[in-house]
Amino acid sequence: MGNWVVNHWFSVLFLAVWFGLNVFLFVDAFLKYEKADKYYYTRKILGSTLACARASALCLNFNSMLILLPVCRNLLSFLRGTCSFCSRTLRKQLDHNLTFHKLVAYMICLHTAIHIIAHLFNFDCYSRSRQATDGSLASILSGLSHDEKKGGSWLNPIQSPNMTVKYVTFTSIAGLTGVIMTIALILMVTSATEFIRRSYFEVFWYTHHLFIFYILGLGIHGIGGIVRGQTEKSMKESHPCKCAESFEMWDDRDSHCKRPEFEGHPPESWKWILAPVILYICERILRFYRSQQKVVITKVVMHPSKVLELQMNKRGFSMEVGQYIFVNCPSISLLEWHPFTLTSAPEEDFFSIHIRAAGDWTENLIRAFEQQYSTIPRIEVDGPFGTASEDVFQYEVAVLVGAGIGVTPFASILKSIWYKFQCADHNLKTKKVGHAALNFDKATDILTGLKQKTSFGRPMWDNEFSKIATSHPKSVVGVFLCGPQILAKSLRKCCHRYSSLDPRKVQFYFNKENF
Amino acid sequence: MGQIEWAMWANEQALASGLILITGGIVATAGRFTQWYFGAYSIVAGVFVCLLEYPRGKRKKGSTMERCGQKYMTAVVKLFGPLTRNYYIRAVLHLLLSVPAGFLLATILGTACLAIASGIYLLAAVRGEQWTPIEPKPRERPQVGGTIKQPPSNPPPRPPAEARKKPSEEAAAAEGPSAGPQTNPIPVTDEIV
Repeated sequence: MGNWVVNHWFSVLFLAVWFGLNVFLFVDAFLKYEKADKYYYTRKILGSTLACARASALCLNFNSMLILLPVCRNLLSFLRGTCSFCSRTLRKQLDHNLTFHKLVAYMICLHTAIHIIAHLFNFDCYSRSRQATDGSLASILSGLSHDEKKGGSWLNPIQSPNMTVKYVTFTSIAGLTGVIMTIALILMVTSATEFIRRSYFEVFWYTHHLFIFYILGLGIHGIGGIVRGQTEKSMKESHPCKCAESFEMWDDRDSHCKRPEFEGHPPESWKWILAPVILYICERILRFYRSQQKVVITKVVMHPSKVLELQMNKRGFSMEVGQYIFVNCPSISLLEWHPFTLTSAPEEDFFSIHIRAAGDWTENLIRAFEQQYSTIPRIEVDGPFGTASEDVFQYEVAVLVGAGIGVTPFASILKSIWYKFQCADHNLKTKKVGHAALNFDKATDILTGLKQKTSFGRPMWDNEFSKIATSHPKSVVGVFLCGPQILAKSLRKCCHRYSSLDPRKVQFYFNKENF
Repeated sequence: MGQIEWAMWANEQALASGLILITGGIVATAGRFTQWYFGAYSIVAGVFVCLLEYPRGKRKKGSTMERCGQKYMTAVVKLFGPLTRNYYIRAVLHLLLSVPAGFLLATILGTACLAIASGIYLLAAVRGEQWTPIEPKPRERPQVGGTIKQPPSNPPPRPPAEARKKPSEEAAAAEGPSAGPQTNPIPVTDEIV
């Protein structure tokens, strides 16, 4: 538990601040629209759903501003580099950018639901009061003219009793953009579920570009000024506190109170999203620029189990252990970029990735490289990204567990340790490294070529942990996993079980990498 | 995009549409909007769509993640045979179900989403996909230590098992790791369980 707090306190704090801001903005906007005199007459028709809709709108603006930032991976790399004085634990939080992106997306979905439901009630209220003929305050307010000559100071957007809410929705900018944005959002969410993302990445990747419609729609959503409050001038002349009760006499010549006049809001969403949109455009331009830099493929190795190894060179490329790159192959697909962990060590004079056939793009890539007599396809590389897995070097004893293609980050680490030993690097604390590579076929240690024998088959973790605990009774042991969730659960349990209660004796710390 | 099974995405979209129809229907009925009876229809249609779409079909390639507790609905959906297996029928069904909800603003979003799901199902049907139920596998008792085999007796680089039988063509195709056998800078001990 203590280990978890030490590693995650910043995430918890960050999420608490984000959630707190959401709550604050919601409550603040809600109270403003619920209590302010400016909206007194609007509330007479709509009730509390006005405040609900505006509060969720503000939260939508806030979260739409945040959603683009975690996916600017070059910006995050820049932050990571400039904050090198910060502790690694802090910088590692930048690796959870996609988790934050998903959380913000869920919040957007929630507020979209609140916003739409509130506006459905609002439109229904407007429609009823437009059709009401009982001479109530609501019906008089609704009758205020849309005629531009009389100042255009209307309140009810439904101009005539025959107009349906559907007509108003689809002929107003707010309604139309709202529908388009919501459909884009729903399509983005359904194609981004874990199952679809992992099984059919292209569906997710292309559909997610519908965010362009979402952002554009959000920018112009408020142009129509449908949300209306009383003008300053009108409030001075006929304040609602004085005049609301005497609404039947507004048109009398000797009345102190005149008809109230209303104006709409200028749109404010664009102010929230302008900066992130510019940053994101810069990010895409930067990705394009980096992709145009020449990548030289120095070696291609086809391993068993349909694993392709590519060794490459690029001018100015420098990496650290455990980082990953995004790869694009224009001859297979112009727009798709796929992430791969680097399997080479920084000490080597090339960088390499191992690609397993796991879908359309990877299978096409492997097939393209298998053709021995045609030219090698051009590859574009963006990166490297991610916080370096330097943690491994801080532990005296490190246990690295990789399942399937999850062995790739550890290949880089193991090779780097080998090189560090070769150069007698004194910063290296690690004296002993055990690597369990779980492969499904009966094969070979294809990655590292080290003479250390790797165990085969599924280990019995209890045995392994107790052996390590007895042979290193006073050490701090770091356990690193790159693999499925089920394995993480059993390893975490073993770490707890075999860590001694005495802090001077053997302690197991569990670290999980997920790509 | 050769291997994409569109039906999987259509299924997610249809499930989401069902939930949106239910929500819109509840709002319209609870708020007693004009023509709220379309809202009541929308709730029923939404529930039906959710129940039909809850059991995920089996992927042609690779393993399929089941939804929690879907085996009960799988049994029911399986009973209808070709009516539920065929995606043309599903596409038409969803399109027809979505139309009445289009009369009400509160449920029109559900209409749009279900119509899109219907379109994706049509695409899936054209490509010859069909719904196959995920059958429960008999649980094998995990044998402790059963997967542990003897490690190979020769040091790396090791060609794969097939190459040891056919050295001529396999060895060329499956090149081992880059360098030759490497000398280790520190003594290496075997820890075989």
